[in-house]
Amino acid sequence: MINIFLNGSELAVKEGSTVLEACKGAGVSIPTFCYDERLKAEGSCRICVVEVEGAPKLMPSCSTLVAPGMRVLTHSPKVVKLRKKLLELMLSNHEISCLQCEKAGNCLLQDYAYEYEVDTEKTKGRKKIAEYASSNKFFSLDQSKCILCGRCARTCSQLQANDVWAMAGRGFETEVSTPFGIDMEEAGCVHCGNCVSVCPVGALKPNTRHKFRAWETRKVRSTCAYCGVGCQIDLLVKDDKVVGVEPAGGKSNNGLLCVKGKFAFDFINHKDRLTEPLIRGEDGRLRPASWDEALGLVAGKTKEIRAEFGADAIMGLSSARVTNEENYLFMKYMRAAVGTNNVDHCARL
Amino acid sequence: MEHGCDRVYVCAGTGCTSGKSPEIIENFRQELNASGLSDVKVIMTGCFGLCSMGPIVITQPDDCFYSRVAPKDVAEIVREHIAGGKPVHRLLFKGSRGEAVSLFEADFYKKQERVVLARCGLINPEEIDDYIEHGGFAALEKALKAMSSEEVVSVIKDSGLRGRGGAGFPTGKKWEFTMNAPGSKKYVVCNADEGDPGAFMDRSVLEGDPLSVVEAMTIAGYAVGADEGYIYVRAEYPLAIHRLQVAMGQALERGFLGNNILNTGFDFNLSIRYGAGAFVCGEETALLNSIEGKKGTPRLRPPFPAVKGLFGCPTLINNVETYANICKIITSGADWFRSMGTPGSPGTKVFALGGNVNNIGLVEVPMGITLREIIYDIGGGIPDGRGFKAAQTGGPSGGCIPAEHINTPIDFESLKAIGSMMGSGGLIVMDDSKCMVGIAKFFMKFMVEESCGKCAPCRIGLVRMHEILERITGGEGEIGDLAELEELAEMVNELSFCALGQTAPNPVLTTFRYFKDEYLAHINDKKCPAGECSALLNYEVTDKCVGCTKCAKACPAAAISGKLKEKHSIDKGKCVKCGACMGACPVKSIVRR
Ligand SMILES: Cc1cc2nc3c(=O)[nH]c(=O)nc-3n(C[C@H](O)[C@H](O)[C@H](O)COP(=O)(O)O)c2cc1C
Ligand code: SF4
Ligand code: SF4
Ligand code: SF4
Repeated sequence: MINIFLNGSELAVKEGSTVLEACKGAGVSIPTFCYDERLKAEGSCRICVVEVEGAPKLMPSCSTLVAPGMRVLTHSPKVVKLRKKLLELMLSNHEISCLQCEKAGNCLLQDYAYEYEVDTEKTKGRKKIAEYASSNKFFSLDQSKCILCGRCARTCSQLQANDVWAMAGRGFETEVSTPFGIDMEEAGCVHCGNCVSVCPVGALKPNTRHKFRAWETRKVRSTCAYCGVGCQIDLLVKDDKVVGVEPAGGKSNNGLLCVKGKFAFDFINHKDRLTEPLIRGEDGRLRPASWDEALGLVAGKTKEIRAEFGADAIMGLSSARVTNEENYLFMKYMRAAVGTNNVDHCARL
Repeated sequence: MEHGCDRVYVCAGTGCTSGKSPEIIENFRQELNASGLSDVKVIMTGCFGLCSMGPIVITQPDDCFYSRVAPKDVAEIVREHIAGGKPVHRLLFKGSRGEAVSLFEADFYKKQERVVLARCGLINPEEIDDYIEHGGFAALEKALKAMSSEEVVSVIKDSGLRGRGGAGFPTGKKWEFTMNAPGSKKYVVCNADEGDPGAFMDRSVLEGDPLSVVEAMTIAGYAVGADEGYIYVRAEYPLAIHRLQVAMGQALERGFLGNNILNTGFDFNLSIRYGAGAFVCGEETALLNSIEGKKGTPRLRPPFPAVKGLFGCPTLINNVETYANICKIITSGADWFRSMGTPGSPGTKVFALGGNVNNIGLVEVPMGITLREIIYDIGGGIPDGRGFKAAQTGGPSGGCIPAEHINTPIDFESLKAIGSMMGSGGLIVMDDSKCMVGIAKFFMKFMVEESCGKCAPCRIGLVRMHEILERITGGEGEIGDLAELEELAEMVNELSFCALGQTAPNPVLTTFRYFKDEYLAHINDKKCPAGECSALLNYEVTDKCVGCTKCAKACPAAAISGKLKEKHSIDKGKCVKCGACMGACPVKSIVRR
């Protein structure tokens, strides 16, 4: 541990940590766009700058390491003034349509513009016109909102290992694109949507049929039901309906999801979804039944078959859609209660 | 000797080459052969420096200096001078009193000190023997055979040499960091990307004395413990690339490069990589990305290249001119080097002198010389009797230096103190017809086009600054624009990721500091004091008008009215400011103001 002075107060911080990490630990909030603790520091968005005594220029806190006795000011008048100017500049090249934007209420640019009291009338000028337009079944890219933080590209490259996105072009004309502007699929996109989840603004957004504002939803932490990995998710719930999914930072998924976990949640509210057990009657039609009745039927039949043909005449097949724990219990049930090793599940391929 | 001349040197630098010097060389060979004088050697050389007088031909040993030679003049020179012993007077370069002077007697050279350019013009850059004859490889031999790596580094440190690529970082320190950086694989890189508009110092060194850079890089490899090097050179420099390739081939063949150099067991291999003309690829970390085949955008520092550079290995990166100083420091010592220049900035600096100055060309001067000496004593002053207004050093990253600072000594610190910087050596002189707002706009446009786009301050900020300058020069500036310009400049300077963005506001800030009245005149009075911004100029007919109607006929916009023999007038609303009337008026009665 070493001591630094953060906004005047002495603070013990871990050696080798960044100023940003030190600030986080001390509860001092610093704005960031390109930063993601899972990614290599990029230091390109410049909004996280702080004043470090003795340094000739403001320093990006995300990539400046603490040093013994370092004196850091995170909100000095100069820092605040320049952050504000930078936000003004970014907004001068941004399609400001917060009234219509699905991201409103969950957008870093909007949050910081509010925090730093940005006047969007002050700095004005031409806006970038991007060439690459992309959309697929799952999400779309609105370049007029993009702030080129590069999180999407670095997430796809460093975490998803797919390298679909690139920051193409130069200077003012820089834009998010695939290599040489080819189709996303051709570029190897698996539609995992992890780029969408990390976009801090309304540039990469899920294609959704639901209409909701961020503040109308509440988050319900859950485990993705698609496979046994156990990815942690936050269900966005509005009026008791799931309207979206965001990855949560669980141990098993590190804030990532696959295409199913991220986008395929509409079955939850689907009218055809089975919500109660059904038993096929003599007439060949399915009728609703209680859990007791249904489970009783299964238990009875199992016993009958075992008595007549032996336990190995029975096979249990479970689902990749349940958790590891549930699969484990099912395996136990088949082996210990039914008495057979004939057990498998659909995602062992 | 009957003709007093047994060698003919013809400049094959870029300027003279575009002035047809290859044809001149060919003509000399043919004419000499035809006259039975094939024992006279024709030697193509690198740049002599006095480009505005090119193509340049020098004869030796009688030391005659021909300027502005055309291919058709060759026959006469061979016949009259080489065969006949009588120099062709009309083609000889004349000094200030009209007398013929030899090259190094010309005023242009009097205050110059040629270290880096010492061999440029004296040797055939494609002949390794010429190089060796003029002291080449003595430094390599000395370093490899008589000095340890530490000793080499310490001589460079003691010399006080500072990087000539722009930032002026102490070269010896950089070598020491790289030498001490842990790692078994290291690289040496030469930055020959020279992207400064109007600069051609590095190009001239590579074209005129390529082996000096090859030798210095090999010494650097020995000093820091690298066995591989790259020269990153602009693809727009085909001649420099060609000469480098020839030089490297010859050095390899003679055992000055490659494996087991000079039988010392030291290996060093060099390759060339081409830059595609992006200014930002001159920034050292963007350059490294480019060599690695990645997009040319700067990397986060630290780690610095000396610790983690090319392909993740410790890397020494220096500029061409920096390397071109090394060999002489090794052979002549640190004290010799320190005897030139100033204590803080020892040695010399090469400048590409351009703009409104008589002797456009390449000059090498001791540090500490004043701007005045360069412009007037070496550059021969401002053409057409106009006044000096400002000089730009450091290219688009530098600043405008006004007349009040013309006695500023040229060294790293003094230039910084007046808001400019040394930069890589571009020196553009501007006379009093130049609009300083226009100059700031010109450099800003360059930077807008060269921003890599990685960070928002530079990517968007420069565009906004350029838009404001466009408005001001277009007559639509408002007084609030100045405050906005200053706010943007401060933010772009403080927050940009790399030095391209950080320095891009300099031309605006310095013109603002020294020529604020010009900005105000554009905004408040809608006037361009220098008369350059066409949107702010009006054409007016003065009382000299004789009513000849010629202007009205010449005007493509039918903006001029008036009766025969009566004074005409121009409708400002219709006028498209083409200037046709001014040319048509026989009595010069139309003025632009
Ligand atoms: C935008 C930009 C362009 C640059 N261009 C060049 C260049 O063309 N040549 C060069 O030698 N250095 C250039 N530099 C400086 C290099 O980053 C680096 O400092 C230099 O190559 C180090 O060599 P030196 O210490 O020998 O000067 C540039 C820097 C920036 C920020
Ligand atoms: S959806 Fe996944 S694979 Fe496709 S671009 Fe985004 S992060 Fe990469
Ligand atoms: S699309 Fe979103 S995540 Fe990607 S660069 Fe733009 S703003 Fe950043
Ligand atoms: S300042 Fe930023 S945008 Fe400009 S060249 Fe450097 S990294 Fe690129």
